Amino acid sequence: MRSPDYNVPVDIVKEFDVELSLTLFEKMCLVRYFELGLIDAINRKEVVYPVYLSSSQEAVAAALSLEIRNYMVFAQHRAHDIYLAFGGSPEMLRDELLGLPSGTSQGKAGSNCLQYHEGGLTMFGHHGLIGENVPQGVGAALASGKETVCIFGDGAAEEDYVLAAMGFAVKHKLPVYFVCMDNDLSILTRTNVRRSWKITDVVKALGMRAVDVADDPWAVLHYTKDLTSDLPALMNCRVCRGYWHVGVGTDGPTQWDRYSMTTEQLIRLGQREAVNRIEKQVQKSMKELWERKPLLKPLKK
Amino acid sequence: MGKKTVAETIKEVTRRHLEENGGILLGQCISAVGWVNGTVPDTKGIIEFPMSDVAGAGIAVGAAMVGKRPIFVVRFQDFLILNGSPLLNYAAKCKELHGRSAPVFIRALASEGLGPVHSGVLHSVFMHFPGLRVCSPMTPGEYEQAWRVFMKYDDPMYVSEHRDSFNNTVEMADIVYDQADITLFVVSSPRFAVDEAARLLGKEGITCNIVHILWLKPFEITEKYLEPLRISELGLVIDSSFEICGASRSIAYELSDVSGYPVKALGLEDHTKCLCEPYQNKAPDANRIYDNVMDILKQKQMVKHGFTERIKYA
Repeated sequence: MRSPDYNVPVDIVKEFDVELSLTLFEKMCLVRYFELGLIDAINRKEVVYPVYLSSSQEAVAAALSLEIRNYMVFAQHRAHDIYLAFGGSPEMLRDELLGLPSGTSQGKAGSNCLQYHEGGLTMFGHHGLIGENVPQGVGAALASGKETVCIFGDGAAEEDYVLAAMGFAVKHKLPVYFVCMDNDLSILTRTNVRRSWKITDVVKALGMRAVDVADDPWAVLHYTKDLTSDLPALMNCRVCRGYWHVGVGTDGPTQWDRYSMTTEQLIRLGQREAVNRIEKQVQKSMKELWERKPLLKPLKK
Repeated sequence: MGKKTVAETIKEVTRRHLEENGGILLGQCISAVGWVNGTVPDTKGIIEFPMSDVAGAGIAVGAAMVGKRPIFVVRFQDFLILNGSPLLNYAAKCKELHGRSAPVFIRALASEGLGPVHSGVLHSVFMHFPGLRVCSPMTPGEYEQAWRVFMKYDDPMYVSEHRDSFNNTVEMADIVYDQADITLFVVSSPRFAVDEAARLLGKEGITCNIVHILWLKPFEITEKYLEPLRISELGLVIDSSFEICGASRSIAYELSDVSGYPVKALGLEDHTKCLCEPYQNKAPDANRIYDNVMDILKQKQMVKHGFTERIKYA
């Protein structure tokens, strides 16, 4: 079931123009190099608070941000990728992780509680109870009528209130897109140890359309375009978690490396030069970002 | 037409919000079995939740996050043990953490004598957490005041209602004498018992100031509380929730700390509220308030006359 090409349509990349594919790649680079800079800062002990890294699952956020960029975002605890891909300020994220008043929540909330309400992005912060963002997103869609995306993990999909909120969204035909970042891990406990059902089967029983697919960004774009034409709907994305649940440790190579696979795909499309240029530009800007001294000092009571 | 009851006031406040503000009211079993004791109008904006407590509370919080100012009805406060997490972990925290509020009006109904899962009063639990306003209106005027405060500010508010108040039409004024033996500070349903307790105590020659408490949090210590306490030099806070770690002890501590006078607490005993009569662990009634005040005064007399043995409470 878990494989890098699971439910990925053959030659799906050909559905999309090259410019869009390169934009998608640039967003993936942004997440990847931001977090590489963050890891360096942690190793230098400049960042001392807990971090929840998104690297290795960044393709999904990059693809979503291109197709549903105007949706209200209710993200999970692991959301650097969502924040950056949807247009959150890298400087403010850096400062939040440093605990500075110039951070997204003035340094009071941290890596797992990211919010952003500028530049057309409406992203609400998570508070650490997994799946809590799902009923909240449903409530926000109910109250505002605005299109909403709730992004959560395979562990959160098991929370009773997540399933109940999805049922409520179906009953009221709310414009909510549910995206499950399924890394098959709750900390380190695998999904088949925890349950014997699939979230896609459950939401279909509730009356919602659903797709289960690997994190190929073009497949995510393809299915998102389709699913969001009739909301509510759910996409379960098979992703890999590159680092520990919290912190910068690893348990060896991931099952697949979507970042490299995306790079190779673009090169096969004849975009080697563009890929190199984009990667170098982003790498440079993120290096500068982490080298720049923040303007504000930590808060004092 | 006579004065409005508390229930009618709640219904009218709700109707205005739903019809004039485009507000919404969310909850379980709203439009059945008497429309929550006649407190909910049959109008637009009412959304029935499935029997999904935590999801329901989360949906209410989500509606609040986008500025809808929802009324969230919880028919029995005990249910908040289940559905409190979105309110406490999200709505209460988000203004301080993110600078963005989630103003949800939590109508938390209490009852008496309905057994272990329908008779609870949980306002003390919600006072414990930063970020919520907590009040317990028992009169029509107080309910209107609570609503005005909710609409004026952007904090989530826990409104500890009590079904014993729903037929009440009377505003309750504080009673402060030039000389008094004790000041009774009263919260929630014991407010309907305190006059009788004071009358019984009066027969014993004991004069009681009576001060009604609407706002539990923030609890601002003003002259309303200090002046009668200076007169009596002794106080007792009476509440319908558990005494241990509860509103009565918390407020008693604050009053005593600021005034320098002893202020005692009287709430529910440390036992589950059970169904049958001897074990119901009801909110303090007139007789229990009477007994408690007599014990306190006896203890005070013993201290005054040099006794060291403390009165042991039953």
